Amino acid sequence: MSDEKLVGIVLVSHSAQVAASVAELAKALSGGGVAVPVAPAGGTTSGEFGTSSELVSAAAASVDRGAGVAVLTDLGSAVLTVKALLAEGDELPENTRLVDAPFVEGAVAAVVTAATGADLATVESAAAEAYSYRKA
Amino acid sequence: MLDADFFRRWMTATAALVDREADRLTALDSPIGDADHGSNLQRGFTAVTATLEKEAPDTPGSVLTLAGRQLISTVGGASGPLYGTLLRRTGKALGDATEVSPEQLAEALRTGVDAVRTLGGAQPGDKTMIDTLVPAVDALGDSFAAARAAAKEGAEATTPMQARKGRASYLGERSIGHQDPGATSAALLVAALEEAAGE
Repeated sequence: MSDEKLVGIVLVSHSAQVAASVAELAKALSGGGVAVPVAPAGGTTSGEFGTSSELVSAAAASVDRGAGVAVLTDLGSAVLTVKALLAEGDELPENTRLVDAPFVEGAVAAVVTAATGADLATVESAAAEAYSYRKA
Repeated sequence: MLDADFFRRWMTATAALVDREADRLTALDSPIGDADHGSNLQRGFTAVTATLEKEAPDTPGSVLTLAGRQLISTVGGASGPLYGTLLRRTGKALGDATEVSPEQLAEALRTGVDAVRTLGGAQPGDKTMIDTLVPAVDALGDSFAAARAAAKEGAEATTPMQARKGRASYLGERSIGHQDPGATSAALLVAALEEAAGE
């Protein structure tokens, strides 16, 4: 499996710290085996809360290994910006998908699954399944 | 007929109205949003004006496509992808024509508004920019002045509505009684059409 191309993961949050911390957490929980390409895209280019299409595009390009890119977002403009970029056609790597998943749990599920060498569809469904885990 | 200059004037006039109304937009965004709508749009349309000057696109479609792209990359809030999609899809619908009729503009704007509805999932009555844009596009067949009046009325009609999209929707019934900031800025975009036409 080690020579397989891994799915890249992009984490888009209104907050740079949230995106970076969730990326760190997901990588830590995925164990030490395979280094999944994970990139945070948080806040705006001027360091404020919000979403930057430039940061999202750069993050997606940086994790693209040819096996597709799964993008997870928090809310509002993060969701809409990624959707608008996908509609644009040439702003994100080919085979990039917005994954409908809870941000933290979905990120952990996506990174753990991507580390097994799973394809994009499998990573996507693992992240989406995180919605079904009830806490109370 | 409307040429690329008309569309540039439309964007410049929008930027000027957004500048003038930025404080009011942000004030409207304070009780039900995150108090950044005016400054976000101001940043976006300032960048639009600058990029139109620099790149000098020469067809109506390319003016709007470029403006839309610029909004998506500079606004930083949800209004960026929403207005960006509106202008870009409208621009794409206008194609490569060097001049378009007001009827063709109305038709293209309808395509743009539909794309915004698909992107954000908002329906009329959800207290969003859609409540301004749908009646404005319907009235555009009559005149720019009629569209402006319909847009203003549409924006004002959001006051008694309960928000069902975006951050304001978390407030539930407490969103009632406030005019929606996005519906208000959308009315500025429509008003700027009339100003660009010099009517």
